[in-house]
Amino acid sequence: MARLAIGLTAVTVVFFVAALTLGPAPIGPVESLHALIAGDEGPLTLVMREIRLPRATLAVMVGASLGLAGAAMQGYLRNPLAEPGLIGVSGSAALGAVIAIQTGLATSMALGLPAMALIGALVGVTLVMALAGPRGSSLTLILAGIAISALAAALTSLVLNLSPNPFAANEIVFWMMGSLADRSMTHVWIALPFMGVGWAMLATLGRGLDALTLGEDAAGAMGISLKRLRLTLVLGTASVVGAATAVAGAIGFVGLVVPHILRPLVGAQPSRLLWASAICGATMVLAADIAVRLILPERDLKLGVVTAIVGAPLFLHLIYKTRRQLA
Amino acid sequence: MTFLSINRLSVSLRDRCVLRNVSFEVGAGECVGLLGPNGAGKTTLMRAALGLIPYEGESSIANMVSADRARMAAWMPQTREIAWPMTVERLVVLGRIPHMANGQRPTAKDYEKVNAALAAMDLDRFRDRTATRLSGGEQVRVLIARVLAQDTPLILADEPVAGLDPAHQISTMQIFSELARAGRSVIVSLHDIGLAARHCTRLILLSDGGVAADGPPGEVLTLDRMAEVFGIHAFYRDTEDGPVFQPLKVIE
Repeated sequence: MARLAIGLTAVTVVFFVAALTLGPAPIGPVESLHALIAGDEGPLTLVMREIRLPRATLAVMVGASLGLAGAAMQGYLRNPLAEPGLIGVSGSAALGAVIAIQTGLATSMALGLPAMALIGALVGVTLVMALAGPRGSSLTLILAGIAISALAAALTSLVLNLSPNPFAANEIVFWMMGSLADRSMTHVWIALPFMGVGWAMLATLGRGLDALTLGEDAAGAMGISLKRLRLTLVLGTASVVGAATAVAGAIGFVGLVVPHILRPLVGAQPSRLLWASAICGATMVLAADIAVRLILPERDLKLGVVTAIVGAPLFLHLIYKTRRQLA
Repeated sequence: MTFLSINRLSVSLRDRCVLRNVSFEVGAGECVGLLGPNGAGKTTLMRAALGLIPYEGESSIANMVSADRARMAAWMPQTREIAWPMTVERLVVLGRIPHMANGQRPTAKDYEKVNAALAAMDLDRFRDRTATRLSGGEQVRVLIARVLAQDTPLILADEPVAGLDPAHQISTMQIFSELARAGRSVIVSLHDIGLAARHCTRLILLSDGGVAADGPPGEVLTLDRMAEVFGIHAFYRDTEDGPVFQPLKVIE
C-alpha cells in the first residue's frame, strides 16, 4: 500500500512540475523553477508566480477534490456509477455562477462569480438535506439529489433562454465547459478554505465506508452512525465540489472514472480508495490541463471537454472489462 | 450474568403493530433459537433489540453508546451484502472495526481473531479469494466469520444457516453452541426446527408479534403448538442420537 501511495504521489509531482514548466516560450524547466522559487522582478517570475503556479495549484486542488468526493460517494452508495455531482451541488453551483454572469455581477465585482457559485452550492445542499429527510437512508439522498440537479439544470437553461444577447449566452456556455485558464492566486485562496474543510470531513469517512461494504444494517450494528456519516459526506462533498465548480466550472468524469480505475489497485477497500483517488484525481486534472495548453493553445480548448473526451472512452473500456469479468 | 434484557418491547412499522410487549432475558451460555412463521417478527425483534429501528419498551443493548454496543453485540443481517470485490480476509477484518480507532491498522491481536474466525468457518483456503466471486453459501460463511471476528459476548444472527449445505449448517450451529458453552450468548433465527432442536439450549417461538413459547426445545416443540403456530403435523422424538424433528404435512 505504501508503494502505491509513493508511486501515485510521484506521478502527481512529475505532472505538477510539468504543468509549471511547460509553456510557449523556449525556457528550460530549471530556469523556470529557479525563477519561481528564487524570484526577481523579471517577467519570468511574474509568469511563474501569477499564471502558472495558481493554474497548476488549482488543477491539483480541483482534481483531488473531485477524486476524493467521487470515491466517498461511490463508497457511500455502494455503486461504482455514483459521482460527486449526484447530490446536485455542482449543478446548483453552476446555476449560481451562470446567474452571476447573466446579471453582470461577474464583471462588476471581483470574485462575484465564485462567490455566487458558492452561494448556489450552499442553497443546493440545504435543499437536498431538507428533501432527503433526517434518517440516514441513501435512497432518499439520491432522489433528492436528482431532483435538485434537474431543477438547477432547468433554471440554468432558463437563464440561457432569457439571455439578452448572444455574447452573454456564449460566455455562459463556455464557462460551463470548465477551465483553469487565467485564474489567479485569489482563486486559490477563495477555494482553499472550503476545500480544506471538505477534505478533512471526507477523510474521516474511511471507517464508516468500509463498514458499509456489509450493508447499512451491519454498519449500524458495528457502531457507525449512518446519520452522521451521511451528513459528513454531503457537507464535505458540497464543500469541495462547490468550491471546485466555483473556481473551475463543471469538470465531469474525474470523480466517476478515477475511483473506478483505482479500485482494483487498493483491493476495493473504500477507505484506501479515498486517499488514492484524491492523489490520482489531481494527476488526471493536471494532465488534462497540460493537454489543453499543448494541443490547441490558440483555440482555448476547455478543460471539462478534455476530461470528458478522455474520461468517457476510458469508462467504456472499464465497462467492457467488467462485462467480461461478469460473463 | 445477563447479556440481553428485553422488557415490554413493541414495534410498529408504518402504523402496523409488528411486535407487542415482548419480554425475555438472555444470560451467558445460552444458544437461543428464534423460531416462528414468516412475518412473525423475528427480524424485527432482533433489529429493535439492537436499536436499529424505532421501538417502545426497553432493550438493554439498544440503550448503550453505539461504540460500546458494537463491542457487546455482533449482528448478522439477513440480507447478505458484500458491496465491493474485496478479499475474504479483508472482509473478515471489517469485523474488527468496533475495536479499532478511525484510520488505525489492524494489530496482531486483530489478525489473531480474524484467523480464528476464518479457521472456525473452514475458510483458510479462501483467504485471498475475492469474496464477491464465491458461491452464495461460501459468502454466507464469510459473513459469519466476520461476525465471529467481532468477538462480542453476544451474537445475533438472522437466518445464518439458510443457503448452506448440510455439513456447514451443522458445523455453523455447532460453532454457535460451542461459543455458548464457552460463556457467550447467541441468538439465532432459523426455519430449520430440526437444527434448532438439536443445537439450541433454548427456543423462543414467536407468533403474530408475541412470544408463543419460551423454554428448552423439548418443552417448546410440542405437536399441538406446531399445529397451532406453523399449521403443520410434525414428528418429534428424543432418540439416542439426540432429538429429531421432522415436519410432515400441512394441516388443511
